[in-house]
Amino acid sequence: MTWSIEQMADEIIQFFTPYSSVNLGIGMPMIIAERINENLNIMIHSENGVLGVKGRPTKDKVSPTLINAGKETINVKKGASFFDSSLSFGMIRGGHIDYCVLGGMEVDTKRNLANWMVPGKKITGMGGAMDLVNGSKMVIIMMNHFSKDQSPKLLTECVLPLTGKDVVDLVVTEYGIFKPTGQKFKIIKLANNVELKDLKIDNLVEV
Amino acid sequence: MENPKVYKNAKAALFDLYSGATLMSGGFGLCGIAENLIDAITEIDVKNLTVISNNIGNSGRGLVKVLVQNKIKKAYCSYVGGNPDLETRLLSKEIEVELVPQGTFSERIRAAGMGIRAFYTPTGYGTLIAEGKDVKNFDRPCILETALHADFAIIKAEIGDKYGNLWFKETARNFSPLMAMAAKTTIVEVEKLVEVGEIAPENIHLPGIFVQRIFQGTNYKNDIEFLKLEGDN
Repeated sequence: MTWSIEQMADEIIQFFTPYSSVNLGIGMPMIIAERINENLNIMIHSENGVLGVKGRPTKDKVSPTLINAGKETINVKKGASFFDSSLSFGMIRGGHIDYCVLGGMEVDTKRNLANWMVPGKKITGMGGAMDLVNGSKMVIIMMNHFSKDQSPKLLTECVLPLTGKDVVDLVVTEYGIFKPTGQKFKIIKLANNVELKDLKIDNLVEV
Repeated sequence: MENPKVYKNAKAALFDLYSGATLMSGGFGLCGIAENLIDAITEIDVKNLTVISNNIGNSGRGLVKVLVQNKIKKAYCSYVGGNPDLETRLLSKEIEVELVPQGTFSERIRAAGMGIRAFYTPTGYGTLIAEGKDVKNFDRPCILETALHADFAIIKAEIGDKYGNLWFKETARNFSPLMAMAAKTTIVEVEKLVEVGEIAPENIHLPGIFVQRIFQGTNYKNDIEFLKLEGDN
């Protein structure tokens, strides 16, 4: 059985130490904000200028000026702070963010990440991703194991334009948790009953 | 003497906007955008603008209104996801777009306001962004990025006084104070224009020295792009 997106989020949360800071990318990683236990006292950073995100607001607390980097309405917790974009990226580039979790299009064994454009077809832009992968202490990629055409997104070498070179620490897919080592993907954990052959990257894994 | 900073409305404050000008526009998506000033630009006969803005509007709103009038020749931004009008024009090369990593984007703007000409950053090393740029190895390889200036900045703040001291609400601050520092002429619209002295000095987010023009805005929509409530996925 592969993991649900909620299970993937919970697997990632287990890497977070209490009282640390975490930045969550647009898309899949955003669910993590909903599932972090308050007792962990984690400060969630969003690069548009807030530290201390606390999930989503109740209807009476919605504010058009209180959003995350995905432009979704948010709530903040006690101890939260607001700041401009330069200070926000100073937190990132300056190495003050402990973990960032980003979505991915491709990750390779050499710790490279591609997630911002498909030449000629689709351009989302890199947003803050290039800063986040170079500045955060630990970079975790949360993504589907296979692309829409069913090919694995874990590769020997990324084909798409890179977001960051030699930056990825962990990849979490619905099949398991993998650590790119330079030559291979080391398996940290597999979802229950997932077998090596299910991964479709047999030649790239190291048990 | 009359206070030279206070203007009647957006159109009056934009009296000298010209074709070919470089324009910075604050806001993250639609959060904190200068709604009155953007609307006024749609009614002014200008073209070939270079626009520096994180998203160039979104979902058909904000600066997209100016974009679809074909008044923008070149754009600097970090993210085009959620802005199909821009992505289409970018893919078809109808306008020139320079995509800049968001932290480099904000720092290039800040650098302009601070008098820093250029800086080295690890962001973008080993990617398309680094092409043609000077690389230097410090603790790790870094690329040289230059300051980003503008002729005009259009900014929105929650509260401003008649000297131009500003207070921003929640996450509406984003790029706005940086852009205000980087432009030759910074024009600010506010939800609430107050007398000098009404904002306590320690609560001023941007000192008025960076603001050339200010006016009381009207009819704010303050659109929410994605309304998510507790329990939503």
